[in-house]
Amino acid sequence: MMINLTINGKTVQAPDGSTIMEAAKANHILIPSLCYLENTHAIGSCRICVVEVEGAKTLQASCITKAAECMVVKTNTDKVRNARKVLYELMLSDHNKDCLSCRRSQSCELQELGKMLGVEESRFEGDTLPCIVDVSVSITRDMSKCILCRRCITICNEIQGTSILNAQNRGFKTVVGPSMDLAIGAVNCAFCGQCTVVCPVGALMETSSTQKVWDALNDPKKRTVVQIAPAIRVAIGEEFGYAPGSRVTGKLASALSDLGFDDVFDTNWAADLTIIEEGTEFLSRVKSALTGGKAVLPIITSCSPGWIKFVEHNFPEELDHLSTCKSPHAMMGAVVKSYYAEKIDVDPKDLYVVSVMPCTAKKFEITRPEMVNNGVPNVDAVITTRELAEMIRTAGIDFVNLPDGEFDKPLGLSTGAADIFGVTGGVMEAALRTVYEIVTGRELPFVQLHVTPIVGLDGVKEATVKIEQVLPDYSFLEGVEVKIAVASGLKHARTLMQQIADGNSPYHFIEIMGCPGGCITGGGQPRSSDPDVAQKRLEGIYDEDESKVLRKSHENPSIIAFYKDYLGEPNGHKAHKLLHTHYTKRGVYNQLDEDAATQVPQTPVEEKPEVEVSPMAVQLQKRDITGAKAQQDISAVHAGALENENTKLKDELADMQKTVETLKRVVSEYSKK
Amino acid sequence: MSEKLINAKCEHCPDQDTEFGEIDAIIDIYREKEGCLIQVLHAAQGIYGYLPLPLQRYIADALDLPISEVTGVVSFYSFFSPTPRGEHTIRVCLGTACYVRGGKKLVEHLEKTLGVELGGTTEDGKFTFEIARCIGACGLAPAMMIDDVVYKQVTTSKINSILAKY
Repeated sequence: MMINLTINGKTVQAPDGSTIMEAAKANHILIPSLCYLENTHAIGSCRICVVEVEGAKTLQASCITKAAECMVVKTNTDKVRNARKVLYELMLSDHNKDCLSCRRSQSCELQELGKMLGVEESRFEGDTLPCIVDVSVSITRDMSKCILCRRCITICNEIQGTSILNAQNRGFKTVVGPSMDLAIGAVNCAFCGQCTVVCPVGALMETSSTQKVWDALNDPKKRTVVQIAPAIRVAIGEEFGYAPGSRVTGKLASALSDLGFDDVFDTNWAADLTIIEEGTEFLSRVKSALTGGKAVLPIITSCSPGWIKFVEHNFPEELDHLSTCKSPHAMMGAVVKSYYAEKIDVDPKDLYVVSVMPCTAKKFEITRPEMVNNGVPNVDAVITTRELAEMIRTAGIDFVNLPDGEFDKPLGLSTGAADIFGVTGGVMEAALRTVYEIVTGRELPFVQLHVTPIVGLDGVKEATVKIEQVLPDYSFLEGVEVKIAVASGLKHARTLMQQIADGNSPYHFIEIMGCPGGCITGGGQPRSSDPDVAQKRLEGIYDEDESKVLRKSHENPSIIAFYKDYLGEPNGHKAHKLLHTHYTKRGVYNQLDEDAATQVPQTPVEEKPEVEVSPMAVQLQKRDITGAKAQQDISAVHAGALENENTKLKDELADMQKTVETLKRVVSEYSKK
Repeated sequence: MSEKLINAKCEHCPDQDTEFGEIDAIIDIYREKEGCLIQVLHAAQGIYGYLPLPLQRYIADALDLPISEVTGVVSFYSFFSPTPRGEHTIRVCLGTACYVRGGKKLVEHLEKTLGVELGGTTEDGKFTFEIARCIGACGLAPAMMIDDVVYKQVTTSKINSILAKY
């Protein structure tokens, strides 16, 4: 049903139940807003979207006020404009105005709003809340920039259901953060990074690793190897003006070699490898379960490090359900520093592997002690899609006009099955394409190989695949209905995990991605104002898949050769050493439960140097955590933060010394005169 | 917030990390009711005197709420205290009437006498010293409360004899 109302003197129609802001937008009247986030967050906290409503005593926030029949609304009067300006200036009075050197400059919604409102001054000089920068390996919180819009709280509590961030304290002292002013690395944050996507300012961002990557690129002794995740190719274009979902794979390959990387590989290759390993693991577990063995089912995918950290914190007793496969980029790192290093005759220590990921949790993942083989870390640095775009711009690479390049061989070749790793349902579909064919000798019986019930952006999807007329080796699967489920977003992951914990999960195989929609809308992806961005990127991913000649992982000739020449059997001894991992029981509040702690042998814990970091970080180290494993994990999280802070302080010190010397010189010259 | 706070223990209840048994009965009464957190916290502070982090965690678990939400509520309301409190709470009224009639002087005097700053607790654990914004006794200004007792027209000379009663 439609209602009639008057906005700015015009009679307009809007669907019943819409807010004033929606009604105005439907009639091409734009109301400025700041905290409002379409379909996600409308609480009217910033008040920027206020309008005059006839008969109302005060200005009304249009994002939460419902439009009503015969309502008379004015969105553009002097009163409204002034109110918005004052609100804006009040926000600025407690905002760190280091805009010129802020990484969000030019992509900051607060900055954009100021321009839109025509603000030319900042009249209020008031107190500012003393803030500390909380640096974890994945996420950096700079609360001096926070404007308390609370989008992150909505994402963290309602969309992801992780509830790490909440408003603490009251009034002027309000801070958005984890409980008791703890550092984000000290609590049970999964590092999904969804908060960094919705933050309108520079308060929540991924911890930058670009300097590390520049340093490696500049180091003549290092051979730099880069790999890109499947979801990057349909998203990074947005940073250079392309429509959401545009596929820019070729330009991306060119840009990476222009940046100076010696080898440009594709995480897709390792995604194909993952399918072979995970598919084999699934089949052997099913076989064991169906023939009276003790295998743990359902088996759950392990590609998403945010999901992994989440399950370690929240369901530490259910870790046996996880596939032991490392995530594809870690597999790639392990292969580069073993197989490829041998092939090109380079010491693995001289190889520097950079992963470009749509993900902030991957920054934490590479610091795990399990992600090390033969004393070298699998991956040396992870940068997000946004950070790569920043590097491409810094390097002066004209992305749009680049020729289409190709990935280097041999670790750049992949099938369509690998592309769909970037979207919810994709890993499951890729696995089914291979497993079904191995078991029956026939192609997966779906149009275009797409398992339609698990395609799309729904939070939880399920399907049943009946297996018939199997090959003789797999007779134990004859007539079995394999029940699968796919979840994206940690809130939905929790639903499926709770079923498992309660012992009533009906599934054999579950795919979980930590971010809603999967990696295409991961925590490291470009921020978008397009409400359909996820759907568009999803279509881009499936297009990329369909454009390939090879669309099943087991058909990848490079993978076949790799097993033949180097690895031997899937799930074999070498594969287990290089490509598989194990998980850590973490407590709900990042403390190991006592059982797990006592099982771990006590080893002396290395004392970290006392550096002037945020008191929160120091506090974290001193916390009463027993168990060497816990200590290790915590120090891994903090080593990065300490290092960052240390170099920063050193730089500052050097700068100050320089200034002092200059001053001394000036003074002495002056006194001579 | 400091490390001290995280490991803070209530002297009256030895096994505090795991044992908050007294609050269980109250949690059972309120569990199903919406918005019950404040009632439970209120009762918990009544029992244990203050709300150390382990107790907040215990309540969060019992009510199936995120710990960040519980600490958010505790830090929002000034009557909830995550640090140990004194046996008695002194609240000097600094509403307009009391302020103009010398409330500020009382605060300064008390800070000296008790040897603590505003918001602090005396070393012997006897008094926690706070201010209140109007206790509705403007006719008796300047007024002061110790626990539930209101003292009227307090002067610096009267204070010592009042404190001596406790």
